[in-house]
Amino acid sequence: MKPVIQIQDVCKTYFMGENKVDALKNVSMDFCEGEFWALLGPSGSGKSTLLNMMGCLDSPTSGTCLIDGIDVSTMNDNQLSDLRLSRLGFIFQSFNLIQQLTVAENITLPLFYQGWTEKESQERAIELASLVELEHRTDHLPKELSGGQQQRVAIARALANNPSIILADEPTGALDTKTGDQIMALLTDLNKQGITIIMVTHEPEVADFASHKLHMRDGIIEKIERPECAIKL
Amino acid sequence: MRHQAIVKTIQLGLRSLWLHKLRSCLTMLGLIFGVGSVVTMLAVGEGASQQAIDKIRKLGATNIIISTEVPKAKQKGRIRMKIFGLTNKDFESIAQTCDRVRHLIPARIINTQSMSKNRLKDIRLIGTKANYFQLIDQPLLTGRTLLDFDLEQRAQVCVISEKIARELLNNSHTIGQEILLKDQYFKVVGIIQSAEQTDQNSFTQPTDVIIPISTMKTLFGDSAIENKGGSTTWEKVELHKIYAQTYSTEDVEQTAKAIETIIEDNHPDKDFNISVPLALLKQTMETRRMFNIVLGAIAGISLLVGGIGIMNIMLANVTERVREIGIRRAIGAKKIHIVGQFLIETVVLSVLGGLIGILCGISLPAIITYFTEMPTLITSGSIILAFGISASIGILFGLYPAYRAASLDPIKALRNE
Ligand SMILES: Nc1ncnc2c1ncn2[C@@H]1O[C@H](COP(=O)(O)OP(=O)(O)OP(=O)(O)O)[C@@H](O)[C@H]1O
Ligand SMILES: [Mg+2]
Repeated sequence: MKPVIQIQDVCKTYFMGENKVDALKNVSMDFCEGEFWALLGPSGSGKSTLLNMMGCLDSPTSGTCLIDGIDVSTMNDNQLSDLRLSRLGFIFQSFNLIQQLTVAENITLPLFYQGWTEKESQERAIELASLVELEHRTDHLPKELSGGQQQRVAIARALANNPSIILADEPTGALDTKTGDQIMALLTDLNKQGITIIMVTHEPEVADFASHKLHMRDGIIEKIERPECAIKL
Repeated sequence: MRHQAIVKTIQLGLRSLWLHKLRSCLTMLGLIFGVGSVVTMLAVGEGASQQAIDKIRKLGATNIIISTEVPKAKQKGRIRMKIFGLTNKDFESIAQTCDRVRHLIPARIINTQSMSKNRLKDIRLIGTKANYFQLIDQPLLTGRTLLDFDLEQRAQVCVISEKIARELLNNSHTIGQEILLKDQYFKVVGIIQSAEQTDQNSFTQPTDVIIPISTMKTLFGDSAIENKGGSTTWEKVELHKIYAQTYSTEDVEQTAKAIETIIEDNHPDKDFNISVPLALLKQTMETRRMFNIVLGAIAGISLLVGGIGIMNIMLANVTERVREIGIRRAIGAKKIHIVGQFLIETVVLSVLGGLIGILCGISLPAIITYFTEMPTLITSGSIILAFGISASIGILFGLYPAYRAASLDPIKALRNE
């Protein structure tokens, strides 16, 4: 399997005045095409920090992060934006929909930046909305939807640009178990279609949807579980 | 950004303005006042100066008007007999000395009455020479103007305006009729277009009746007797006006100075006044320029205040929408997209305010004119200027908030609650 994201000896240190927080300590890890990863670990263990780094939103204090074999630190702001726009899809715990935009407009936001025409993106919006079973709510505003529906909109938005990697930070964190399972079913489906998924979660039941598991503690990788065997570090 | 993206961004901008209706309105208020007052003040200024320029132009740019004035010393005293004013001697000296003068015309003016159809009409009798008609801007409608021959013969002929003709003649376009002027009959030989009714100072009046100056002197003399409050004054004035027309506008001011030096010596009482329409025109232009500078400064300050208000709101807007900016950046928006978005929103706000301001600025002068009869003139230039100003204010004061928005760290922006 071809590695899509390679983390090599990455450290991330936050300086808070006198205090120094090591969110990541010399982490190295390869994520390959088509895998479904769950990042587990207690609060503050550095899961979100790692995910944001893979999403080119954050940069490491030291070490390198490669996407498709290209060192992210060599790219400028515009190139990083382009990379996110063409290859990545984000799903957040708090949905992060833009409140004044309708469901359809939220879904097609990546297409707006890709320069799609109004007509093309409208068609795509309906296609994506029906994928998450919200085709009848495209003209609604996010606040008129339930949490689960909002997260489905967020997933549809993450899918709009046909990403090869989806990065999800606690996608079910704000949802009850039933709606959470619906979301997970959706993600599993997408993974079956070949999209690499890396997901942060607290809940072991949610993590069970994933094929691979990565346990973190205090900024280091504690344990990696692959489908064949569990490797203890 | 492409055309379609801009349209979409403008739509979104309008939507977010609509979302905060009150706030948007209050923000725009500064700009509405600013732009509105710019357009209004320009309209009032333009109207006033246009009126002044028109009036002065009517007096003629190559003309010099020398008028008799009642001297100050003699105004106060209880002197019964007054002899003052321009004389034929002055006229002759000017004629002999000034070579840049094309027409030199003397005039005596008597305000009197004419009897017609058993009613008295106020008229202004002007005794002058034939070339007076070269000076005035009233075309001949019927008959002829005065000729040198009339002056030599001291003929009892007159040229009247159309207005007088309508009031005094039986058949308003038939010349050759005789009318009673003061106490003498004059034959109407020509009818000219009426002068526009302007103010007392303009040198042509609608009630003008023009007769040869020689005839006037012979029949009416050059003194006037006036009864006022029981005391009788006797005034003797040879000429009320001397009009000098130069060959070109370049000669006007120099000639005016020359004339002053020539006649000054004969008039220690300063009982004359030289007015040069061109100088007045220049002065009006200068006043207008000063007025425009002051106006521009006032408008500039109010627009600056409006612009700062807009910037303030946009900064608040950026702070409020940090999360949205983070989301957009995470999805793949470049800095330039964020700059564009906020810049367009600011321009939408300012242009909207500007347009409302222009509407106010167009309607206000109309109201001013309606109630005060002050002339106003809205030029397309002032509207384009106002529009341009409001758009540039949007860009100028939108740049910093937009830059602030774009330079936010995506990850920090996303964390923002
Ligand atoms: N912007 C920041 N400034 C300072 N410290 C930070 C910042 N972001 C993260 N940290 C610190 O880095 C460590 C890792 O944070 P991170 O958000 O990655 O944890 P997490 O594993 O996602 O936790 P949770 O499960 O609660 O979301 C924490 O100790 C946190 O306090
Ligand atoms: Mg986290």
